[in-house]
Parts: sequence; C-alpha cells; structure tokens
Amino acid sequence: MSATTLRSDAELVPATGHSGFGGLLRSEWTKIRSVRSTAWSLAALVIVGVGLNTLIVGLTMANWSTTSQSAKLSYAADPTGFLGAVLSFAQVPLCVLAVLVITSEYTSGTIASSVLAVPRRTPMLAAKAVVFTVVSFVVAEFLAFVSFLIAQGIIGHRLPESLRDPANFRAVAGVGLYLAVLGLFSLAIGAIIRHTAAAVTVVIGIMLVLSGLSELLPGTVGKHVSAYLPANAGVLITHAHQEAGDLLSPWQGFGVFCLWTVLLLTVAVVLLRRRDV
Amino acid sequence: MIEARGLSKRYGDKLAVDGLSFGVEPGKVTGFLGPNGAGKSTTMRLLLGLDRPDSGQASICGQPYRDLPTPLRTVGALLEARSVHNGRSAYNHLLCLAQTQGLPARRVDEVIATAGLTSVAKKRAGSFSLGMGQRLGIAAALLGNPRVLLLDEPVNGLDPEGVIWIRNLMKQLAAEGRAVFVSSHLMNEMSVTADHLIVIGRGRLLADCSAAEFIDRHSRQQVLVKTPEAALLGQMLTGEGGHVTPSGADTLTVTGVAAPRIGELAAWARLVVHELTPQRASLEEAFMEMTADSQEFGGREPASAGNYQGSTR
Repeated sequence: MSATTLRSDAELVPATGHSGFGGLLRSEWTKIRSVRSTAWSLAALVIVGVGLNTLIVGLTMANWSTTSQSAKLSYAADPTGFLGAVLSFAQVPLCVLAVLVITSEYTSGTIASSVLAVPRRTPMLAAKAVVFTVVSFVVAEFLAFVSFLIAQGIIGHRLPESLRDPANFRAVAGVGLYLAVLGLFSLAIGAIIRHTAAAVTVVIGIMLVLSGLSELLPGTVGKHVSAYLPANAGVLITHAHQEAGDLLSPWQGFGVFCLWTVLLLTVAVVLLRRRDV
Repeated sequence: MIEARGLSKRYGDKLAVDGLSFGVEPGKVTGFLGPNGAGKSTTMRLLLGLDRPDSGQASICGQPYRDLPTPLRTVGALLEARSVHNGRSAYNHLLCLAQTQGLPARRVDEVIATAGLTSVAKKRAGSFSLGMGQRLGIAAALLGNPRVLLLDEPVNGLDPEGVIWIRNLMKQLAAEGRAVFVSSHLMNEMSVTADHLIVIGRGRLLADCSAAEFIDRHSRQQVLVKTPEAALLGQMLTGEGGHVTPSGADTLTVTGVAAPRIGELAAWARLVVHELTPQRASLEEAFMEMTADSQEFGGREPASAGNYQGSTR
C-alpha cells in the first residue's frame, strides 16, 4: 500500500522494448473480452439468429403442401434464401456492437488512455478493427453455417440443396463475409462520429433506409446508384445466384461494399490523427 | 525532462493556453498551479499529445510525446477526467495498457499493490468510488515505471489517508530522480509537496520559481496591531505610507510598514499597544493575490480589499 512497494532499486527503465502490433492486438482482444456485454450480445446474436431461422424454415416446411408452385420455385432457385431472415435480424445488433467498440472509448473516456499508450493512434484503430473483424467473422460464419445445416435438416429431400454446390457454399459463407465487413463499416462510422446514438442512426440509415429509398429512383441512373450503395452491393454475396436484374455479380458487389468500407476507414484514420481526443 | 515552448491552444473564441513556455526538471516535484479554468489541464493534454497546439512545441525527454516508441515506459500520466470503462475490472484495464507496451502481467499486479487496490482489482471499475478511481489512475501512471510523471489534480476525491499517500508517493518518485509534474488549484496542497512552482492564470505564465522564492516575491508582509487608539495610530501609519485595514474597534491590519517601525511610531506618540504581530502571508495568500486578476470563474470579493485571509477559495 505504501510507496515502498515501488521498485526499490528504482532503475529508471529507458524507453526501449517494443511491443509491436502483436501487443496492440492482445490489448484490443483484452478490451473486447473484458466487457461482459460484448460476449453476451454475440452469444444472444447466435442463439436468437439460429432459433429464428429454425422457426421460419420449420413453419415454411409445415405448410409446404399448401405453398404455391411459384413460391416453391423461388425457394428452389436460391436454396440459401432462408438465410436472408437471419441476415436481416443479425445485422442490426452487429452494427450496434461494432459502433460501440469504438464509441464506448469516447463515452467512457478510455480513448485518452488508449491514445496515451499509442500516440500515433492509427495502429490502435487498426488493431481494434482487426480484432473485432476476426471476432465478428467467426461468430457470423458460425451463425450462417449452423443456420444452413439446421435448415437443410428440416427441409430434407423437399429441396435439393447442398454445400457441395460452390454457389451455395459461397452464399452461406457470404453471410459471414457480409456481416464481418458490415461490422468494419459500422466501426469506421463510429470512429468518425464518436457518439453512439448518432453513429448507430447513421449506420442504420445507410444500410436500411437509404437502400430502400434508392430503389424508388427512376431510370437507369437510379438503378446504378441503387446497385452501388453499400448495403445493396454487399448483400449480393449472400445470394447463391445472380438475378436477372442485378448489375453486379456477387463478388463485384462484395468488392464495392469493401471499397465503401475502405473509404470510410480512411476518413476515420485521417480524423483520428487530426482531431483532439 | 518536460519542455514547453510557446504553447498556445484556442478552443472556439477562447484562448485556453497563451504562449506558455517552461521546463520541468528531474528529481523534483514541480507544482503546476492556477485557478480553475487557467489552462492547466489543457497544457497537460498538449504535453501528452492528446490535443494539438495551435502554435508552439512540447517535448518530453527531448521528443514530442507522439514520437515516443513505448510512451508509457517513459511518461506516466493521470488525467483529470476519468478514463476507465465502467464494465471493465481494474486489473483488465491495466492489462490492456500493459499489453500495448509489452509489459508483463506481473507488472499489473505490482502497481495494483502499490496503489492499494489488490482487494478490488477484479471488481468492475464502475463500482469504484472517486478515490479508488483516482488510485487506479495512479496505478496506470506507474505501470511503465516511467521517468516522467504528469499528474492532473491527483488529490481530487481522495480521503485524508489517500492525500498523505499521494504526497509521500510524489516525494519518493522525485527522490528517485524522476520528474514529477503535478497540477493543482490548491496552493496549500502544493506548499507541502512542491519544490518548484509554475503558476499560470488565463493561460499565461505568471511565475516559474522555487516555492520559497515564490512566497518571498509575491507576498507582502502584514502586521496585526491591537491598540485602544486604533483610529489615531491608523492615521499615523497611513501618513507613513502604509496601507491600513481596520478590523474591529481596536485591531488594524497593516501592510507597507514593518513591525519595528510601527512600534517606534506608537512609542513616540505614547500610544498603548496591546499586540504587534508580523504575519507572513501563506503560499495560498500569495497565490490568491497573484491570480486575483486572472480568475476565470471567480466571484468578486465582497468589499474586503487588501485582506486576503477571507478568501480561501
């Protein structure tokens, strides 16, 4: 308790010893795992997501005999289409978590400690982005594959679908990819805006409202604008097959979404370096 | 160890720090004093690279803070605003910081023990009292065994035992050859710990000298005189060039005339004197006097000009 428990030899350690980027990754991992709400939220995300998917597929199959032929055909066209519900459900809490990863540093004031430890700032944000993206990617892929396999079990022989089909596999894996990049996209907006509520509003505005509204734009210009918006382009990776009206292929769409994310991350880095903490 | 050259920082239309230059040496506790709003915290933030100065440079051990490779091994800082996530334990908060500097987890346990937080190390920081939060901030500052310490109002919220602990800690850190730069708006607190003082008001440097020099230079001696002939003696002293403030029917507070001279005058006029006491103004009074013109949020002193004892803000 008293000051005598300080190092008695009092050697004044010179400013040597690098922790490197590995140390920053460890630090960010400690930050994520040491706040209990993060782990709970991710667990709830998986449990509710899988449960919701089971419920929807189960209900659909229970009414299979009375389902119209055209609806059956559309299910057959994209056997991974069920995952759309999982995706819609999972994206909102994931956006909120991603925003909180950075904005909670501002609301709690820990950003000051973080910047004191890493005064160049960019490596800190990079480590944070890497750690959160890895975590959200693993969780989202787990959610996607578990949901798909459960759905497959319920559907049985009624629809021919298999992960051996490369398009199906890409679509299921695409759910994880899309959610992981969405997390990064949200984190970048959180870093730019720095206020939780405002950042969440902006992310949801871009991902849900703007995408919906853009479909009302007239003409081919409108169609192009709509196709290149982050949510519309990004979600293509989760579709097993390119639809007739799609301007972008699944991978092109994913690329466009990644470009948006890189753009926002660049803005976030520039602002982080420039602004007072 | 710490060097500020022409630091200026403007927030909106308010000039928070105005051309500030000073240096902080190792082996001493340097008090950084100023009334609330004088720009102490802003200066600390500029030194630490949290805020960017509009002009001027700050360096620590010859380098801008931003260029220090593992800064917590060189500089330990306690900021005024709390900077801990409420949902995180004290241990994990310190562990995050240690990992960025390549420090072993063992060092976290050491500073937790030093700060007297061992029993609450695994508890969420949100449940901490102000004083425990302050101890956690000190633990974070000591983490990298730094040569330079910047502590912004460290005694805030500490109980008396904590205040004594931090005083002794600062003295010990300085005795070990470290530079300890500590801000406070309480002059009395500094008078028991600081070897050197840097005083600012409205973002400008007012004094940069040893604590003893500061009080010599900035406090006027005053003399308390008790006499049944207060009115008459008061007139004589005013005639002698003194400044006289009557307090009560038979008491005068005199500045500008030394006690022996007052005694001589009274003897010459054959006036009875019951008490003649030279009073040395405390550091607090010297500080209040000096910063009286640069109070940012000060209320006007109610008509007792010349009497600094009533103002203990």
